[in-house]
Amino acid sequence: MTVQHKDTADTPEAVIRFVDVTKSFSGSKGPITVLNKVNFSVPRGLTTVIAGGSGQGKSVTLKLVLGLMTPDSGQILVDGKDVTRLRGEELRKLRTKFGVLFQGSALFDSLTVFENVAMPLRERVRMQNTEIEQRVMATLEQLELVGHEHKFPAQLSGGMKKRVGLARALQLDPEIVLFDEPTTGLDPIMTSEIYNLFARTKRRIGYTAVIVSHDIPKVFDLADQIVLLNKGEVDVFASPEEIQFSTKPYIREFAARILVGGSQGDKNGA
Amino acid sequence: MLHQQNHQNELPGFLRRIAGLGNYGGYLLTDLGRMGVYLFRALVGVFRHPFRFRELLKQLNFIGTGSVAVIFFTALSSGMVLGLQGYYSLNKFGAEGALGSAVSLTLIMELGPVLTALMVTGRAGSAMCAEIGIMRISEQIDALECMAIDPFRYLISPKFLAALISVPLLTAMFDVVGIFGGYVSGVLLMGVNPGAFFSGMEKSVTNHDINLGVIKSFVFALLLVWICTGRGFFVQSIRGAGFGAESVSRVTTQAVVISSISVLIFDYLLTAILL
Repeated sequence: MTVQHKDTADTPEAVIRFVDVTKSFSGSKGPITVLNKVNFSVPRGLTTVIAGGSGQGKSVTLKLVLGLMTPDSGQILVDGKDVTRLRGEELRKLRTKFGVLFQGSALFDSLTVFENVAMPLRERVRMQNTEIEQRVMATLEQLELVGHEHKFPAQLSGGMKKRVGLARALQLDPEIVLFDEPTTGLDPIMTSEIYNLFARTKRRIGYTAVIVSHDIPKVFDLADQIVLLNKGEVDVFASPEEIQFSTKPYIREFAARILVGGSQGDKNGA
Repeated sequence: MLHQQNHQNELPGFLRRIAGLGNYGGYLLTDLGRMGVYLFRALVGVFRHPFRFRELLKQLNFIGTGSVAVIFFTALSSGMVLGLQGYYSLNKFGAEGALGSAVSLTLIMELGPVLTALMVTGRAGSAMCAEIGIMRISEQIDALECMAIDPFRYLISPKFLAALISVPLLTAMFDVVGIFGGYVSGVLLMGVNPGAFFSGMEKSVTNHDINLGVIKSFVFALLLVWICTGRGFFVQSIRGAGFGAESVSRVTTQAVVISSISVLIFDYLLTAILL
């Protein structure tokens, strides 16, 4: 692993820490190592963007944090607790800190928008029905979903599904929110809307955000820290501009593409 | 594992086949272990708080009420065929009076539990497998886990409980309708004495026979709901299943086949042990 300009591994306020984490998958031509002894931290209250090409382990990183996958080796610490060693009730308790917006929204097909958003309240906290209704309707109003509460996910557009997913993820005011490709498949207007919602809800709740996204460079505007994944290695930067100063050829190429822009960047940077 | 596979490619042909068999054996053991843990967690989930009573009712409606029509027609036709064939066989020995006994024992001990389980597997088991498989590939089960909601208590255990309640009741219905079918074909159509039909049934059917049928129906219910929901739950871990929608369709077919064969194998084993 190479850390450039900003190594947050020793930051006392790190809420998530990857320590020497390795994760491989089987492939037809042998094992594919997506994370190779990587180390990085996610500072509390800030926004970390995880970027990289397809198949570089961005979504895997989120699943490792949530304990949905286990690494081959290494530790993943959330508030000092090693997720890889937690099981059953302990793991469930740790997951209560998180809200997750999935790539495909992961809404429950058989439940209405209202029931989807109400689910964490019904299942995780003891609340009267009237209180649940008030709280869900308030969230739906904030996310401009009032009038759609009786619809099923199949009746919603992609952007609306994302907003419902976000409403569900934020329902219990989580400490950490993980966004897995929040704008994939959305048009530019809807993408801007999702980012605006992100900014508004982050201001209101003040959560720590981890965003995995292909939407570069736009998502970098939101970032307090950028984690680049490439061929099992991790590079951490404090800003998009810092990426230019890297000595690694693939990062310089990446910087040329995202900072100079599009195909022009390809010509100049490659 | 993959290093092992690479080494396998360097082996001579027959050794490669043996290594492949060993590899597959290892996979089967892993799968069996995974399914064993799944069964345990699903059964424990039945007793976990808070109990999802409305979901149980929904599943009872789906597995039980929804299967009534198919069970009714299967039982009626099976009973009628049994009545006709029984009459044909017994008539050769002048023993038509034993028709009631033959029909009722066959239905209560064998056909009732087995055909009910096969019908429920085809109708509800396949649907449960596909539903859970789709929930898995669309990250809905991951979403449950991320919300700190136990997917077993929330999703799987109500299906287990509903199947364990529904299948024995459907089996009982199958037995009654099947005996009625045997009565229609044997007594009303072929002219067997109704008194002989019912008295033969009363004399030959014992509590032990009924218990055997009930035990079988519980075991078959557990088998079908375990295999069908379990295959869906592990859709992404099943070797050769592929990806996405294709994996769900393949695994659903596999679940129905494994479940049906398991019912037939366990039918023999239970009969051999308990008869």
